[in-house]
Amino acid sequence: MYGDVAAVDGIDLDIARGEVFALLGPNGAGKTTTVEILEGHRRRDGGEVSVLGEDPGQAGRSWRARLGIVLQSATDAAELTVRETVHHYARYYPRPRDPDEVIELVGLTGKADARVRTLSGGQRRRVDVALGVVGRPDLVFLDEPTTGFDPEARRQFWKLISQLANEGTTILLTTHYLDEAEALARRVGVIAGGRIVAAGEPATLAGRAQAEATVSWCGPDGEHSVRTATPTRVVAELAGSFDGEIPELTVTRPTLEDIYLGLIGELP
Amino acid sequence: MTTTLPVQPAKTATPAPAARMPSAFRLALARGRLELKSFFRTKGQFIVIFSLPAIMLILLGSMAGRTPGVPGVTGAQLMTAGMIGAGIMSTSFQNLGINIALERDDGTLKRLYGMPTPRIAYFGGKIIQVLVCMVAEVAILVTVGVLLFDVQLPGTLDRWVTFAWVLALGGVACTLLGIVASSLPKSSRGANAIITLPFLVLQFCSGVYFPFSNVPVLIQHVAALFPLKWITQGMRSVFLPEQAAAAEPAGAWEHPMIALVLAAWCVGGVLLAMKTFRWSRDA
Repeated sequence: MYGDVAAVDGIDLDIARGEVFALLGPNGAGKTTTVEILEGHRRRDGGEVSVLGEDPGQAGRSWRARLGIVLQSATDAAELTVRETVHHYARYYPRPRDPDEVIELVGLTGKADARVRTLSGGQRRRVDVALGVVGRPDLVFLDEPTTGFDPEARRQFWKLISQLANEGTTILLTTHYLDEAEALARRVGVIAGGRIVAAGEPATLAGRAQAEATVSWCGPDGEHSVRTATPTRVVAELAGSFDGEIPELTVTRPTLEDIYLGLIGELP
Repeated sequence: MTTTLPVQPAKTATPAPAARMPSAFRLALARGRLELKSFFRTKGQFIVIFSLPAIMLILLGSMAGRTPGVPGVTGAQLMTAGMIGAGIMSTSFQNLGINIALERDDGTLKRLYGMPTPRIAYFGGKIIQVLVCMVAEVAILVTVGVLLFDVQLPGTLDRWVTFAWVLALGGVACTLLGIVASSLPKSSRGANAIITLPFLVLQFCSGVYFPFSNVPVLIQHVAALFPLKWITQGMRSVFLPEQAAAAEPAGAWEHPMIALVLAAWCVGGVLLAMKTFRWSRDA
């Protein structure tokens, strides 16, 4: 509890080894609080939390050595070079990755001898990612990692995360970019008002796969649009009434964003 | 709230080979190197910390007149001893306090806390940095004093021993107080003012820039509660001729009292630092 309002209350989730799990939610929903409790950065006043088999509030150095935390707004190490920084922090871990390989992995080899202060915002975040993974963690926390990235940097970053996941690293990601969650996560959880309101695979979240589809086309008398649970039948009937192609035919299901907005109560 | 992350793997459990954690002592040395690198690369900081006291000593020392009542001792020599004391406190209390406050804001502490960092590695690194800067600062001021103002280097082993213990006890006490002070500013922007201002006031009260005997008696009593007055007194006993002791309020160097007060501040500093130090601002 922080003040009179419980920042998070009723988060029940299990994340399996090797999984990429995305925590979605509007600002102030409790994403960062949840992650900080899991990281051991914040005390909780109730409930049961187990991360890598230990309580983050009690766990020690060897537990920390298995975590990777990617900070979201750090400006430290300004006067050190990228290479010095990554090499230095690699020393904290019992089984670190090769620091130069990590620099390569995050695409900063060309900037390895540049002072961290001189990097662009996106490059700076990649240093944070490098420091988050240099210890060969079993579990990585990424709290809104691509905020402020340009589209190309985001794509590169996504590739990096997929690569880590393929190597068996468990990743807990928070984001408010729905496309990011869909591209990276095997499962997502939507958090609103400090509670998990839905969790599941992005493609089937909150009945997305069974939700009514919208069939639209352009008839002789203008545009039409029908919401239906049986889009195939609608399209078949339409095909019978048109000679050949149905003009401007589309069949859409709700996007993850539609589902998400519905869940957090911003759509009727 | 039940949160399990990740659940125990069913079959694929491959417990990591029990690798040994890196030694805390080696990490402290590595952090010391890193701290010094960062420090010496921050040009502004570097210049202000090392050249400002030297320039002030040269200027103020040249303007200082004769010290009343102490034959054979000039105001510049008195000031050299005073500024060596202030130099010990500025490299520890002031710089360290501001530095840690900045690190609490820029993410350094959060990063270290999120990593398997032994506390001793962080503080060990700081101590190395403070020690190097303190010795360099004192060396610069002593050099200025010897070259320009006829300050005599200690001629007896006795005086060197006094020099060593006053430096060590004073340095440790002020380092601990710097750690405590780092928690006072609400943000890094306020750090400079909140830490520098009291330090500046204390310097004037403690007889850094003019003879302590000229300080009003009431302020003398207040200054005597803090370490700086005792550090400067100790340094006067090292660098000034024996007869200068007559100008002290007690008419003597009071070595046991200096040791007692500084040691008490070391003990109090440890307790306060342990009670107040936080890795983050909001925890």
